[in-house]
Amino acid sequence: MAQQRSVFDIIGPVMIGPSSSHTAGAVRLGELARAIFGGQPVTADIVLHGSFASTGTGHGTDLALVAGLLGMAPDDPRIPDAFAEAAEAGLAVAFTTDDLGEVHPNTARLVLHASDGREMLVQGCSVGGGDVVVTRIGEFEVAVSGDLPVLVVAHRDQPGVIAGVTAVLAAEGVNVASMEVSRERRGASALMIIETDNPVAESSLDELRKVAGVTGVRTVPAV
Amino acid sequence: MAYASFADLLLAAQTAGSLGEAVVALECDESGASRASVLARLESSLSVMEDAVARGLAGDAHSRSGMTGGDAKLVSEKGPCLAGDTFSEAVAGALAVAEVNAAMGRIVAAPTGGASGVLPGVLLATAARLSAPREQVVLALAASGGIGGIIAAKATLSGAAGGCQAEIGSAAAMAAAAVVELAGGTPQQAGHAASIALQGQMGLVCDPIGGLVEVPCVARNATGAAVALAAAEMALAGVTFPVPLDEVVSAMGSVGRSLPPSLRETALGGLATTPTGKRLAAEPAQH
Repeated sequence: MAQQRSVFDIIGPVMIGPSSSHTAGAVRLGELARAIFGGQPVTADIVLHGSFASTGTGHGTDLALVAGLLGMAPDDPRIPDAFAEAAEAGLAVAFTTDDLGEVHPNTARLVLHASDGREMLVQGCSVGGGDVVVTRIGEFEVAVSGDLPVLVVAHRDQPGVIAGVTAVLAAEGVNVASMEVSRERRGASALMIIETDNPVAESSLDELRKVAGVTGVRTVPAV
Repeated sequence: MAYASFADLLLAAQTAGSLGEAVVALECDESGASRASVLARLESSLSVMEDAVARGLAGDAHSRSGMTGGDAKLVSEKGPCLAGDTFSEAVAGALAVAEVNAAMGRIVAAPTGGASGVLPGVLLATAARLSAPREQVVLALAASGGIGGIIAAKATLSGAAGGCQAEIGSAAAMAAAAVVELAGGTPQQAGHAASIALQGQMGLVCDPIGGLVEVPCVARNATGAAVALAAAEMALAGVTFPVPLDEVVSAMGSVGRSLPPSLRETALGGLATTPTGKRLAAEPAQH
């Protein structure tokens, strides 16, 4: 999650206003949530916390989150019309505000549903200048910034899974920038969050799915 | 990484020929991109700035709350009332982009969304006045990015961390340096212009009504543009500022840390807590 400061971090990003944290960052959170969920949900229940809750409407945070869920980028001119775009795309959204506890003031919690009933919780915060961190996926605490491509691997907590996954990445020549593993409890379900320097090829995903103990694999592109 | 100090940037400019060229050269080194592609990307940001000015001047950029919009058109149509063309144009351009930003339009954060009007307002009005070649304007934009990078490294560009001086103040310093370089001033003169602009806004608080990037932010982009032009005018005439830019930037960061949280983007002080500020914050959105 190292921040590179280029001239384009100062003269940029190109974005839909008004706020890099409350608008552009919110779009990126929505984009990340969509990618982690694995496509566009049919319903999204979104909880806004802290500054997102108190000034989110005036900053278009609500529109921005929905735009991101629809796959729009932070400079997409359709962001102000995101609610209408969502209705057209078959995405039903509901917003509430709540105190989510000791989290960053710019935090949103998205509970996403697929048409087959599958549900996923994605929580994240916008930390300034358009930078974001997804802090929670389901029951797992994570730290996904979207600055690099991410490989999300759901698996059972058992010996050899990490070695199996990294062996596939090594064979494909994919370099790991950061890796985080957490589990519900010993022997139960677990999650690997792997940031890579280059995207993982589709063919490698099939190999990863064959690793013993792996129950699901998903790639999240840099946003 | 950006240049960590103005002293470093100045040194690089001796070899590169200008602040803008030095910034572009470092960007090429760090990213591996060609000079042409870095300039092209900056040029496309410049185009986004021009489009935002045009939209704001047309007057159709009203915010969701209804608090801002239309002032850029007013200044553009009535002005110049008192000042010269370039000054009036810079003020109108700064208002225009800030209004577009508040209305959820497309802008370039420079360095932030809230302060996105100062640089296009000042730079484009100056470029028009000088009939500057496009590549020179793009290089001036790069120079402004170099100044912003130094402020980010030594202090902050965030209103929540350092007050409005860190946003509009920084934008004015960036714009002042950019137009000095565009007008043929030396890198040293550009540094003096940035120092003068930043000292002129030292201590400026961030007190947005209702926590929105509207009042006073839109007007402050215009007053920030005025400070930038005053600073550039002085520096080009040969006025120097005795405290070097690196020290002025550090002082701004230190002042920012001393500001109470109520004056750092929390809407708990300043204009936000005036009777009118509280009333406007409580009114339902008109749009």
